[in-house]
Amino acid sequence: MIEAHLPVLQVVVPLILAPACVLCKDVPAWLMALLGSAWSLLCAALLLAAVLHHGPLDYAIGGWPPPWGIAYRIDTVNAFVLLLVSVIATAVVIYARRSVASEIAAGQHSLFYSAYLLCLTGLLGITATGDAFNLFVFLEISSLSSYALIAMGSDRRALTASFQYLIMGTIGATFILIGVGLSYMMTGTLNMADLAARIPTVSDTTTMRAAFAFLTVGISLKIALLPLHLWLPNAYAYAPSVVTALLAATATKVAVYVLLRFLFTVFGASFSFATMNLDIVLVPLSLAAIAAASLVAIFQSNVKRMLAYSSVAQIGYMTLGISLSNVTGLTATIVHLFNHALMKGALFLALGCVMYRIGSVHITQFAGLGREMPWTMAAFVAGGLSLIGVPLTVGFISKWLLILAALENGWWPVAVLIVAASLLAVVYVWRVVEQAYFKPPPGEATRGEAPLSLLLPTWALVAANVYFGLDTSLTADVAGIAARELLGGGP
Amino acid sequence: MNLLGLYNYWIVIVLMMVGFYLVIARSNLLRKVIGLNIFQTSVFLLFISIGKISGGSAPILKDGVEIYSNPLPHVLILTAIVVGVATTALALALIVRIREAYATVDEDEIHVQDEEA
Repeated sequence: MIEAHLPVLQVVVPLILAPACVLCKDVPAWLMALLGSAWSLLCAALLLAAVLHHGPLDYAIGGWPPPWGIAYRIDTVNAFVLLLVSVIATAVVIYARRSVASEIAAGQHSLFYSAYLLCLTGLLGITATGDAFNLFVFLEISSLSSYALIAMGSDRRALTASFQYLIMGTIGATFILIGVGLSYMMTGTLNMADLAARIPTVSDTTTMRAAFAFLTVGISLKIALLPLHLWLPNAYAYAPSVVTALLAATATKVAVYVLLRFLFTVFGASFSFATMNLDIVLVPLSLAAIAAASLVAIFQSNVKRMLAYSSVAQIGYMTLGISLSNVTGLTATIVHLFNHALMKGALFLALGCVMYRIGSVHITQFAGLGREMPWTMAAFVAGGLSLIGVPLTVGFISKWLLILAALENGWWPVAVLIVAASLLAVVYVWRVVEQAYFKPPPGEATRGEAPLSLLLPTWALVAANVYFGLDTSLTADVAGIAARELLGGGP
Repeated sequence: MNLLGLYNYWIVIVLMMVGFYLVIARSNLLRKVIGLNIFQTSVFLLFISIGKISGGSAPILKDGVEIYSNPLPHVLILTAIVVGVATTALALALIVRIREAYATVDEDEIHVQDEEA
């Protein structure tokens, strides 16, 4: 009975818990956030299992059939992304109790968890919905709450970072709204399945091409694709540690999912790539993102900012996989969505431990940390190895698939660049390792290891990095099914 | 004739560019928010224009009326307006806190202060 309502319940429960959080004191609010995240994780796991066994699920909200009501449609791609978002959200919320207590003023915790749950609701809603306008609404729910979350950072630059993100994010979301409006103009529907069915008949119009352009640019802003990434480094650098981990691991990933959904399901691969030639734009931008952002990352002195630039580079890998538009490329993108969330989640949580003990993530503060915080730094190194793409970690799987996909199209210079960029990742990860393990700690002050409640979620993600680097049956196989579905080949 | 007949869309484009220009060119944060509002309003107008059907009456059931305007874009825009209001409120709240922290709402001056710090 209740199983039939899982697609909507997993979005609605966090949504209802969010205002309830505001009424609570700090600790009950945390419990509610934990409850909401764990519930969405349970739902996502059940949904993925159901989708893999029985095929896509359709859910009509309020019993209104799709062309009139809002439909949720869960297929392999979004079930996978739902699982990813809820796994990260749960790990981060467990971590959040101690970290938030040290970084955010007492009395504001309930507001923090409320915004956290709203952000989660938005991200899950974007992923689950099958309605283009509903997607915009959820996008704004997640964006508005993430602006608020970022502004809670203790540095005053968090405020300006949040404002900058607000301006750029709103422009991006409005572009998406324009795109949705223009496609509604031509097709008279907002339902993604209907859109997909009707767009081919009107695809040869300027309006439709403009809709495509607005949607792509708007979503790219949310993804932080290279020239549109300016909001990201500061937002990640000055947000509270917990928020950085959540946003870095989920928000841009969900935006990549939205791009996949629009390019492949709504517009169709032939329109996106054969008619509109999106790859001509997307390939150079992705390659520029990979090269330039990795280079810039090397010269950052704030380690959080360094990883933020690395995120911009990693997003380049994902869009590169999309622009290859073959099954292997899409598989690489979807696998990298998951894997990058695991590695950046682990890395930012490790940085959160450093922040908790030391109160700064400036690179000079890492001197001697390898001895003083062995577990935290070991987690950082493991995450860093995964980021580089060392075998036995998830990073290797993603890069391997991406290189295979590039070679499949005969683009060997691209494959060379992917490997070269991994060397740049070695450089910026090494800078931290060098400080932590080969420099003496400053002064006499001994700084202890982070508490267990912070280390456990961090190490859970590190363990996932290794586990999914060895056993790819959940990631690569499911991503392969999802990629074939997106390209219309059926599972 | 056709160009003039689409004057709604011309207004949309002009408003959109005016708003966009304000967001990009002004360093005063408040003016940026105002620009953002104009930008969003142009999109509301775009949606409302889509809903109009030539000769259609207001979408209220009535005897003797055959053609109605499409009410759906109006509903969508109601939602989008709410989103716009929320965004503005959040932006203004941020500006208040930025002013408390930096004692200015000018982007260039904030940048100078950040460079010095």
